[in-house]
Parts: sequence; C-alpha cells; structure tokens
Amino acid sequence: MSWILIVEQSLNGLQFGLMLFLLAAGLTLVFGIMDMINLAHGSLYMLGAFLAATLVQATGSFAAGVLLAIPATALLGMLLEMSVLRTLYARDHLSQVLATFALILILNEAVRIIWGPDMPLSVPAALSGPVQLLPGMVYPAYRLLIIGVGAAVAGALYLLVARTRIGMLVRAGASNREMALAMGVNIRRLFTLLFGVGAGLCAVAGALLGPLFAVQVGMGENILILAFVVIVIGGIGSIRGALVGSLLVGVVDTIGRAFLPLLFGIFFQPRVASAAGPAIASVLVYLLMAVVLYIKPQGLFPARG
Amino acid sequence: MGRAAPWIVLALALTFPLAMQAEHQTYYLSFASRIFIYALAATSLNLILGYGGMISFGHAAFVGTGAYVSSILLSEGVASAWIGWPAAVAASSLAALVIGAVSLRTRGVYFIMITLAFAQMVFFLVNSMKAYGGDEGLSLRERASLGLGVDLGSDFAFYYAALAALAAGLYGLHRLAHSRFGRVIQAIRENEERAEAIGFPVYRCKLVCFVIAGAAGGLAGALLASHGKYVNPNVLHWTQSGTLMMMVIMGGAGRLWGGVIGAAALLGLEDLIANHRVDWLAAIFPNYQQHASLGVGTVLLAIVLFAPQGIAGMLARKKHA
Amino acid sequence: MLELKNLSKRFGGVVATDDVTLEVKRGEVHALIGPNGAGKTTLIGQISGSLGSDAGAILFEGLDITHAAQHARVRSGLARSYQITSMFKRFTVLDNLALAVQARSGSSFSFWRPVSAEAPLFDEARTIAGEIGLAGREAVVVAALAHGEQRALEVGLALATRPRLVLLDEPMAGMGPEESENMIALLERIRARITVLLVEHDMDAVFRLADRVSVLVSGRVIASGAPAAIRAHPEVRKAYLGEDAKA
Repeated sequence: MSWILIVEQSLNGLQFGLMLFLLAAGLTLVFGIMDMINLAHGSLYMLGAFLAATLVQATGSFAAGVLLAIPATALLGMLLEMSVLRTLYARDHLSQVLATFALILILNEAVRIIWGPDMPLSVPAALSGPVQLLPGMVYPAYRLLIIGVGAAVAGALYLLVARTRIGMLVRAGASNREMALAMGVNIRRLFTLLFGVGAGLCAVAGALLGPLFAVQVGMGENILILAFVVIVIGGIGSIRGALVGSLLVGVVDTIGRAFLPLLFGIFFQPRVASAAGPAIASVLVYLLMAVVLYIKPQGLFPARG
Repeated sequence: MGRAAPWIVLALALTFPLAMQAEHQTYYLSFASRIFIYALAATSLNLILGYGGMISFGHAAFVGTGAYVSSILLSEGVASAWIGWPAAVAASSLAALVIGAVSLRTRGVYFIMITLAFAQMVFFLVNSMKAYGGDEGLSLRERASLGLGVDLGSDFAFYYAALAALAAGLYGLHRLAHSRFGRVIQAIRENEERAEAIGFPVYRCKLVCFVIAGAAGGLAGALLASHGKYVNPNVLHWTQSGTLMMMVIMGGAGRLWGGVIGAAALLGLEDLIANHRVDWLAAIFPNYQQHASLGVGTVLLAIVLFAPQGIAGMLARKKHA
Repeated sequence: MLELKNLSKRFGGVVATDDVTLEVKRGEVHALIGPNGAGKTTLIGQISGSLGSDAGAILFEGLDITHAAQHARVRSGLARSYQITSMFKRFTVLDNLALAVQARSGSSFSFWRPVSAEAPLFDEARTIAGEIGLAGREAVVVAALAHGEQRALEVGLALATRPRLVLLDEPMAGMGPEESENMIALLERIRARITVLLVEHDMDAVFRLADRVSVLVSGRVIASGAPAAIRAHPEVRKAYLGEDAKA
C-alpha cells in the first residue's frame, strides 16, 4: 500500500462524492421544502444519461451532447413535476413512495421502448489518456474533468442557495414550510423551477458518470439509495449537509472498498479476509448512516430547529 | 367480505388443481403457488404497514433472509423442511429483531429510510457471499422435503403446501387483529402518543409486531426458494420491498385480504400482459407484451392517485353503498 | 403524593421550566395557573414522562420516577389528558375507553383470544362513558362527536386508566358555559377518589375547584398556596391576574 494508491483512491472518492452531491442537492431541497419523497429522482439521472448518449451521437461532440442533455432533462423534470408530482405534495409519505415507485416502473419501460436496454457512451478521445499529476503518479484525465466540473457546479449551486434572493427563498422554504406555503402562487413556480434545476443536476451526473459505469435501464436505482443515505446523514433539507454527506459517503465507500480487504488481510487469515473484507466494505456507508442516525437522529446538519 | 366468502375462496382454492386439465396443470399450479407465496409475504408486510402504520421499506430483507437460510441449508445437504423452514423463520425473526430495535427508535421519513438502508445492507452482504453464488445466486437441486409421504417436488403437493401456509398466515392475522395485541397495534397506528399515554409500552409492542411480520416473511422466503429451486440477491433488492408495498396498497392496507388481493392482482396483471396476447392492442403497439411493468406502473399510479383505499377498500365501499 | 424537586427543561436555548419545586398532596385538587407560554404544558409533559427533564427529580408516592418510561408511570397510577384533544379518532367511544381499560388490566401481549370475548373490559368502559356523560353515545366514532363530547372523552380516557393522580391539561379549553358546568360537575364527582393537578385558564372554575393553587410564570413557580392567598398575592396580581382582570 503506497501513498500514491491512497491519493488515487481519495481522488476517486472525491469524484464519486461530488457526483452524489449533484443528485442529493435536488433531492434534499425537494424533500426539505415540500416534505416529499421522490424515488423517481434516480429516473431523471437515467434519462439524463440516455439523452446525453443520444445527443453525443447526434452532434458528434461529447461536450455539445452533454450540454444539450442538461436543459432537455430539466424540461422533462419540470413536466413531471407539473403533471404528477405536484399533486402528491399534500399526500402522506406512503402515497409519495408508491406513486414515485410507479413512476420508476413507467420511466424504466419508457426508456426501454425508446432506446432499448442500454446505450453506448464512451469517454471522449481527447480525455481518454492519463495525466501526470505528480512525479510518479498518473491519473485518468476524464476523472479529473469530472472532479473539476463537479466542484464547479457544486460551488455555483452553493453560492446560488447561500447568496442569492432565490436561494434565500429556497432556504426559507426548507426550514419553514408554512412560510413557504404562505408565499402563495410564487412558491409553485419557484418549485417547478427548483425541480428543473434538480433534474438538470441529475443530467450532469448521469452524463458524466455514464462512460464510467454504463448507460442502462435501472442505472438510477442503486445510486438513488446512496443519495438518500447522503441526505439522511446530512440532515434533510440542508444543502450544506448534502455536500458534507456526499463527500463522506463518496470517500468512505471508495476508500472502504479499496483498503478494507487489505486491512483485513493484516489482521485475519487470507480466507477470512477475502470473504469478509468486500462484504463489510459494501455495507460501510449503511453502517455509517445507522451510526449517524443513532447519535444524531436528525442528521448532521438539521435544517429545522 | 361476508362470513361465507373466506370459505368459498378456500373451497375454490382446494378444488382448483382437480379441475385443471392435465396439459395446463403444471403452469397454472406453479403460477398459483407463486401467488400464494407472495400473498403470504404481502400479508406479513400488511401487518406492520396496514395494521401497525409502520412504513417499512425493507421487508424484502426478511423474505430474502428466509430464502437464503433455507437455500443454504438445502445446498449443504439439510433437505428436511422441518429443519430448513423453522431455521428460515428463526433467522428472519432475528433479523427483524435487530433491524427493528434500531429502526423503531426513529420516526417518519427517517424510519422509511433506515429500514431501506438496512435492507440494502443485507442485499450487499448476500451479494458478497461468494461461497453461495454471490451475485449469480444459488441453484438448488431439489425442493425441501416434508416427509410423511408427501413429495414437494410435485407441483401438485407444493401447491397445497403453499396454500396451507397462506391460509395459516391469514387465519393468524385474523386472530391477531382482533386480539388484545392487535387492538394495541391499531391504536398505535391511529395515535402513537396517546397509546403511550394510556399505558401501552409502544416501542415494545411495535418491535414484537415487527418480529412477527419478519417471521412470516421468512417463511414466505423459504417457500419462494423451494418453489423456484433458485434464489439470487435480487430477492433482497429494494425494488422487491417496493413491490411488496405495492401489493399491500393495491389490495388494501389494514384489511385482512389486502395482501392476497394485491398479490393476485399484481402477478395476475403481469401474467395477463405478458402471456395473453390481445390482437388489437398488439396491432397498435407491437411489442407491448415485453413491457408489462409499464402497465403495472400505470395501474399502481392510478390506484395511489385515485383509490387510496386499495381494491379491498373499493369492494367494501361498494357493499356499504 | 407528587413532589417535583428543582425540575428544569430547556428546548435549545429557550428555558421552558426553570427549577420548579412543587408538591401535590393526596386528595387535593391542585390548580396550576399562569399566562400562555409559562411552561405549564411542558411541566405536564415532564411529569407524565412524554418529555425528559434536564435537571431535577420527580417523586410519585415516594418513588423516584424521573427516568421511568411514560407507560410505566401510567401503570403506577399517574395519567394525563391533553390540551389539544388526542384520541383514536377512527374508533368508537366504547373502543377508545376499552383500550384504556385494557392498558391497565392484564397483559397486552395476548395474540390469539378475541377481545370481544372479554366482557369486563367493555362493561367498565360503559360505566366510564356514563360517568363522563356519554351514555348512549358509546357506538359513535370519535371523529363524529361534538367538541364538548370530545373534551369529556379526553378526560374519560385518562380516568379509564384508573389513576390515583390525574394531570388535566386545560380540560375546559374551547368549551361553552354549559359544557364547562358539566366538566366542573365531573371533576367534583371524581375528586373524592382521585388527586387532581389541574391546568386551567378558566379562573372561575379554578377558584371553585382548587384546594390549592400554584402560579407558573416564565417557567418558575412564583407562588403556591390557598386560593384566597393567591388571589391576594401582589406578585401574582401583577404578573397574571392583573392582566386577566383587564381583559
């Protein structure tokens, strides 16, 4: 185990964490403001990736394809909000869970009908090589791009929510729903817009992660649960909590998978280590969540007092 | 349902295999057994979700634990159902005790999320059990054996075993719902704070309820593994928990027959779309039969939006009108 | 019978109850009055066990119950009612009362025998329904009751646990004069066998019923004594009754 490996895995963790933040940010705001559980958030991530794959093919340019996929997904998200999700705000959590679960089924099949089970999307040729970061240490250029874009988008979002007037309204809504509702008609439009932004962020994550994982039906399902883990750890409705939670989950998951089996190898017999290491590593983030909830039942940064 | 209805349903279920023509028998007996097993699993979830008001999004963990424990025993040469099934029930109860003890300290959304997270933990643990197939699953050479001259390998005998398990589960739920404990559980669903304030140990009652549901879920899992002679981690995936929840809500949460109606409706709908081609529909939409979940999702969405009481609720309302 | 020793509760930075020391004697009706936000409901929560305490101790019949679970306190004879009606709304009056009777008598971990076979539960529930003026209304679903009837049942649920001390949180909230009279009559009937800690804004009722009165202002007990003494207490007049007289 060398320091190069540690740096490399930390960067991987950072990269995954930033992408998780893009998903969790929209989820936590929707959750915080309207007290709405939206399982279909993962479907927007999938839609974003499929749209990006199609548009990259059509335009022949990775950048153009991804940039076009973002507003397209945002538009779909807003349509979804106006047609179905809006009617669920006043319903109980159980109805929200089931209705959005139904949306997952519907959107999965819709994608399968339109695109088939998967779509090719590969790393653009210019970024497919490695970059020398430090003497003796190379890192894939594409992953660096993800970190850069992720950090930029996360930073912009943070400023938007923390510093602007719209952001102030959003935060006010997340910490006090009655106040948000009292603001009346505007809140509906603001919320549709917010939903569009959330969907756009899903598209960024889906398009960028597409080449690393795979663009396929159901790709949103496991990452959705991780995004939920993030916002529960961070505190529902808190954008700061989502950021800290994302990085925590991203790093713990990546580092755990890379080093836990090695660590177990030091203390246990190889046979035990090779069985238990990966098993424990794969549940590490859920253990983290259980521990956080046990100590702080409202998450690390509770948005409501 | 009226007093006679359960007995009529039971009589129909008992005579159904005898009425089948030989050529269709295997398929329909196997299909009906699957419905019974899912009905048992959904009924066990109905106990906590519909009667107890606990929105558990991790019920697949208990069904899956039962399925895996019984399958692992079978693959290790323990063929007797008298050992395998109780072991599955015991393991699922234990899992429910541990998961419930932690989860039931949280409320609302946090409870939904933490039960989901625990189920994912079990899912990933099973995925990493390379000795028992890992993510490829575990194939069984044969079903568990019941002895007593009954061969569960035959779909005929298995049908009656699944039916017996479901009937026992339903009767148990019926008794429980009207017992002292059942009334406490329903009171907690209505008003948890007041239930504690008139002297009920709310947390302990919820935990016991959770464990009972986990145990019944584990039995359903053991049956499910034997039925298909195969188990894989997908039985524990969170979408399975969602499917079970869907059955309970479609059928009618908090109603005795809710789980049964939901399981039959959902699996029946899937089967209807996938295996019974409607020509005019196929003319408009050529591959529609490969996209059954589009129909299932649409029906579920419609039920949640327009008929939140479920199918059993609609039937009951019609009777009162 | 009930002793509170230096009891405090904070919510974040806000002090709700502050160093409360109070004694409720067996057999008395002890009224707790004070302006809105004085911490009365918080104190009821702390005594009943739905809220924990940050400091201090609670003794019930000589036993320290500061850390006992709420349901355990109820079973030892200490019950409460709520300021905001809190019942099993979709159940009937009879089922609500029978549940409370069940909570007190026998184990609830009985999974098989139907409750309907247990006639004593329902007999006692009917008796209580009669006592609180709901005879003939037993089969009505709670949600369909009139406000005054719901308030009566609210108190009835606490009584059904057969407490030796009952904490009543504004039983007359939102009642008309006639309904208030009925409630006062009910409290007059039960005071012979049950000790009462009564939180109430209706001063007329307080001074008619109470043997002793304690005054809570900003989380602190500023006075405690016989009704006449409290009426005359200068600090109380300033902090509380003065405002009330003007209103």
